[in-house]
Amino acid sequence: MTAILTNLFDGVAYGMLLFVLACGLAVTLGLMNFVNLAHGAFAMAGGYVCMVLVNRMGWPFFAALPLAFVSSAAIGIVLERSLYRHLYARSHLDQVLFTIGLTFMSVAAVDYIQGSSRVFINLPAALQGQFDLFGVGIGRYRLMIIVICGLLTIGLQMVLAKTRFGSRLRAAVDDPRAASGLGINVPQVFAFTFAFGCGLAGLGGALSAEILGLDPYFPLKFMIYFLIVVTVGGSSSITGPFLASLLLGIGDVAGKYYVPKMGPFVIYTMMIVILIWRPNGLFGRTAAR
Amino acid sequence: MSAASDVGFHAQRQARWHYGEVVFWLVVLACGFAFPSRYLIMTDILRLALFAMSLDLILGYAGIVSLGHAAFFGVGAYAAGLLALHGIVNEPVLALIVAGLAAMVLGFATSFLVIRGVDLTRLMVTLGIALLLEALAERFSNITGGTDGLQGIEMQPILGRIPFDMFGKAGFFYSLTVLFLLFLFARRVVHSPFGLSLRAIKNNPLRAAAIGIPVNRRLIAIYTLAAFYAGIAGALFTQTTAIASLDVFAFERSADLMLVLVIGGTGYLYGGLIGAVIFRMLQELFSTITPQYWQFWIGLVLVVIVLVGRQRLHRWVLYVPNLVVKQVAGRKAVVAVPESDS
Repeated sequence: MTAILTNLFDGVAYGMLLFVLACGLAVTLGLMNFVNLAHGAFAMAGGYVCMVLVNRMGWPFFAALPLAFVSSAAIGIVLERSLYRHLYARSHLDQVLFTIGLTFMSVAAVDYIQGSSRVFINLPAALQGQFDLFGVGIGRYRLMIIVICGLLTIGLQMVLAKTRFGSRLRAAVDDPRAASGLGINVPQVFAFTFAFGCGLAGLGGALSAEILGLDPYFPLKFMIYFLIVVTVGGSSSITGPFLASLLLGIGDVAGKYYVPKMGPFVIYTMMIVILIWRPNGLFGRTAAR
Repeated sequence: MSAASDVGFHAQRQARWHYGEVVFWLVVLACGFAFPSRYLIMTDILRLALFAMSLDLILGYAGIVSLGHAAFFGVGAYAAGLLALHGIVNEPVLALIVAGLAAMVLGFATSFLVIRGVDLTRLMVTLGIALLLEALAERFSNITGGTDGLQGIEMQPILGRIPFDMFGKAGFFYSLTVLFLLFLFARRVVHSPFGLSLRAIKNNPLRAAAIGIPVNRRLIAIYTLAAFYAGIAGALFTQTTAIASLDVFAFERSADLMLVLVIGGTGYLYGGLIGAVIFRMLQELFSTITPQYWQFWIGLVLVVIVLVGRQRLHRWVLYVPNLVVKQVAGRKAVVAVPESDS
């Protein structure tokens, strides 16, 4: 019983992490209809920035996290303004090729700068180990992830639902032409959202170094996971991707625990079955128009 | 002239062999005699060309974007490896066909998943299938050899007469023959009414359905055929290198394949062949500059190609040949990339 609860807890933490990593992609892929396979590269950038700050320059972990966010967002906005912008109207094939190219470049570049082995971020002592809660083993680090990601999710939902920017974004996504007719600067809204999504990925990358493992092949290894979250979750709200990431996280942890020999088999089968059953995602309207 | 006969006239003129094509194949054949020390890399190029041609059939003609074409390559490779290793089918040509059929069965089975949904779902499903097979191959390591791959494959002589030699001469001409035969068949297919209907589907599935083309059945048929081609390419890989390892399923293989086809251009069959030559040359060049980081430059090539625009790039490349044709033959450009793909 306790093993099940511990697994559930780990799965939730894993899922939350996936959500933070992938929710930027939910916007670009689901809402702006841009196939961005390079999303993991932004996450990796954030992770490596955090690693360098903490391990090499001795920053405290919690001070390095915001910087991981900022640096990934900065890279995101530069690339969006210089390159991505030109490809919004292109075919999916072009977008796929372009972002695969970017991914390859990021993998080789990080390999060149930091070496190809897995890196670890030195965690403060307060985050290490685990404690028992009614007999259920709770990892401190995973608890922190759940807290941070939970707060972020609530914050995102609030921003989308309550603020002026949120309504602008929703309008721009629903009908870009009508929105720009109403005086909303659609490209600016998209650029800002893109950068914010990249920033979240960067934060997720920094947090995931401990759990998912951070090496130069991160963008390729986890690309499929991000895509699963978005395509399975749909894109009408952030609730869809959120539930999809929880499902994926719990499914993956449980799969690895109970049928370790099947490895990632469980996840891929789950994805294919869901996509066959509901090609537009489990929740919400369409994943791509 | 009625509309129907007009279409038939143009289709037939397109289907006729041009001098350029004959020259192309003669040059390929001549390469086999001109560079006897380079058989291994040339065989590699032929394999890649066949694989790319297979993707061209579904991407260039039917408009299916696949990120997991390596699945069929891998199945073909392992099938050929297992057949040879356990001595089930010893004769390479027969084994090649059996391996191709194995991939074809998988292609047929998965085509039902692929034809559902839009581009994005297709991307995900094809990618998922390739990853699934990779996971399976890793899981059943008692059959596939796991991460070590299949080892100790010994190939019997082709047709019981021509043994594989260590310089790869037999392998090269064997691959070339297979490539040429399959090319002839593919050429026949794409210029048939069936091929024309595929182009119609690619341009607008809704309209194609409205004029009575059974869209789904055509897509299933071409996807299955492409899987057969990819399986043959994979089997050639195993037969000429005598190894099969997990990386036959790797995502990089599918991604590289896209690059090959994009370099060469889609929708006229020669794209894969030309792309394979250029891609391997680029790869050689990059790996002599930076042995470990050639992937960076490959990525850069992809990014630049997309940003410049594939059509514009092909116009630039064909500018000189077309100029020559115009001057020499005194007619309008005949060398052109006919299809635009969107």
